[in-house]
Amino acid sequence: MILTNLVRQLIAMAIAILVPAGLWAETSLTIGYLKIAQPRPPTLSNLDPVPEDSGFAGARTGLQDNLTTGKFLDQTYELITAVVGEGEDTLAAAREMLAVTPYLVIDAGAADLLNIADLPEASTALLFNVSAGAPDLRSGNCRANVLHTAASDAMRTDALAQVLVQKRWDDLVMIVGTHAADQSYAEAMRRSLTKFGLRLEGEKTWVFDADMRRNAAQEVPLFTQDFGDYDALILADEVHDFGRYVLYNTWAARPVVGSEGLSAVAWSPVIEQWGAAQLQSRFAEQNGREMNAQDYAAWAALRTLGEAVTRTNASDVATLRGYILSDEFELAGFKGRPLSYRDWNGQLRQPIAVAHPRALVAQAPLEGFLHQVNEMDSLGVDRPESMCEVFE
Amino acid sequence: MIRIAVTLALMAPAAFAGEIWVTNEKDDTISVISTETLEVIQTYETGERPRGIIFSRDYSRVYICASDSNAVQVMDPETGKILNDLPSGDDPEQFVLHPNDRHLYIANEDDAITTVVDTETRKVIAQIDVGVEPEGMAVSPDGKIAITTSETTNMAHWIDTETQKLFANTLVDSRPRHAEFVKGGTEMWVSAEIGGTITVFRTADQTELAKIEFAVQGVHPDRVQPVGFEFTAGDTHAFVALGPSNHVAVVNTETYEVEDYILVGRRVWHMAFNADRSLLFTTNGVSGDVTVIDVAAREAIKSIKVGRFPWGAAFRPTD
Repeated sequence: MILTNLVRQLIAMAIAILVPAGLWAETSLTIGYLKIAQPRPPTLSNLDPVPEDSGFAGARTGLQDNLTTGKFLDQTYELITAVVGEGEDTLAAAREMLAVTPYLVIDAGAADLLNIADLPEASTALLFNVSAGAPDLRSGNCRANVLHTAASDAMRTDALAQVLVQKRWDDLVMIVGTHAADQSYAEAMRRSLTKFGLRLEGEKTWVFDADMRRNAAQEVPLFTQDFGDYDALILADEVHDFGRYVLYNTWAARPVVGSEGLSAVAWSPVIEQWGAAQLQSRFAEQNGREMNAQDYAAWAALRTLGEAVTRTNASDVATLRGYILSDEFELAGFKGRPLSYRDWNGQLRQPIAVAHPRALVAQAPLEGFLHQVNEMDSLGVDRPESMCEVFE
Repeated sequence: MIRIAVTLALMAPAAFAGEIWVTNEKDDTISVISTETLEVIQTYETGERPRGIIFSRDYSRVYICASDSNAVQVMDPETGKILNDLPSGDDPEQFVLHPNDRHLYIANEDDAITTVVDTETRKVIAQIDVGVEPEGMAVSPDGKIAITTSETTNMAHWIDTETQKLFANTLVDSRPRHAEFVKGGTEMWVSAEIGGTITVFRTADQTELAKIEFAVQGVHPDRVQPVGFEFTAGDTHAFVALGPSNHVAVVNTETYEVEDYILVGRRVWHMAFNADRSLLFTTNGVSGDVTVIDVAAREAIKSIKVGRFPWGAAFRPTD
């Protein structure tokens, strides 16, 4: 009797070993990481150099996660990479990569991203935007072959606005830098303040050319004095040039939010809940530094493809894209909720951290901000206001 | 009703006397709760970030996963003294003791490895490659199969304990957290935190028998996240901790239907029964307390303050 049971169990094991091998014939996916260097304006401080491998390091960690999972299913992944320097031929590099694989992770500005997406060679490809935050790319300028794992500026400013509402910091003023990124952040912020019924009572442009590292204590109080009274000061300084010198130097003793101080970010080294500590330590061990929002976006792109391959055992664009945009898809992204894609503009739905450099303060969507479809859709351009039609 | 339940617990015969041991992840301590008085009667210091906790079969030793100390600690439960550390591999999170009372199967969360340690020789006897972030651990009652679930790979890995090799890998929903063999080992259950489900497998051929889903009124489905679960006497019902939804579900193990939801503390994680399984103690990480549930009445009857971030729970009889 015991022998029979044992034999039966052995047979069951033998079948278990054979069947998956038969069902899951080897599937292989090559993913290209294409970085188009973007000019970086000079900043006053030398304190925080941008890591050379920003973004790519996240893709590498995502690849590692996919490989570990894939080895149990006979699924393999390969990551190839190319960097296009300033002034070099972006489209030639993109074409070259598209000849190898239809799956590209694009680390580029909005204009380059669109040029690549519009290549005839890219018409049947699947691109992941891991850098560009422009809300327009998720609305009037969306492309059916582009998914966005990077959070849009609008998602980030909406997240911050929810915190402002919750804290009843209704009267706001803003200082805006002169760079394009600052302007576009300010634009997204104005939209969010209107969306959540907050008031922007004053706005000034930062035009100083003095070295604020020496003068901030004299200049910033004067500069902010004529704002009068307000609840919080917003900084639109996405290149991180002057903002850091505004904190603790304002005329009125008020909190500073936006690009510095209390910031809304898709990822931050201070996130440790929801199992995030494990991703942080895995990343740090592999890359020797902390994980930033761009790393997270690239990690999410790799994991999105990995998850789709795991669940469908397919490697063709039509199947994977269809699965990724379906209700079935969910990504465990260490943010406490399953992540999914908005099937009407290709944006990855995700909670947004509102944090200062030492701790997480809140995570949007905040409690009480409801939505008829998914609370995470209270962040960013929502379906009724989106002009994106190519996904329908 | 509440008062009656408490009174019954207080009058429980001496044979049922016991303690619930709770690991406090962010305090590096264990809180010991008396199942009679429902109060913390002792606090012991442990290594860094204690999570998984389990007693030897005769309850003479307690094993503790001290995750950030990279060790499994062996404690004398009479004195609270650490007797020795066992090699465990890096970042041990959760583990299970083989029915032979000797081999610990340990999930090494940061290394995608399951480590098998002999508690007598204090040597590692095997390390098995599993998926990313292994967490849930189970072993079949006959000792032939051990399970590791991996949170990012989203699989249950089936280990043949004879050869210490994987013989099957089964996909489950996102972020599997906990595994248990049920009904004499014929079924194996895996909870998926982000997927929001429990998958029931038939052990004999690793096929999926059922998928259990949860819905708590007034809580967004994304926040209903099944984690730890335990079974009542005779395996008739499962009590399932639903994480940040702050509820415990009661599942009928025959129909796989949810019969009840019980409101408990914040981010309910793991749990343990008292001796006769009349009371259930749940660890609530965010509120830093333990909820006592009257199993028959399916009601929470008391909250007990413990340390910061209570995580694991285990029962110890005291007579």
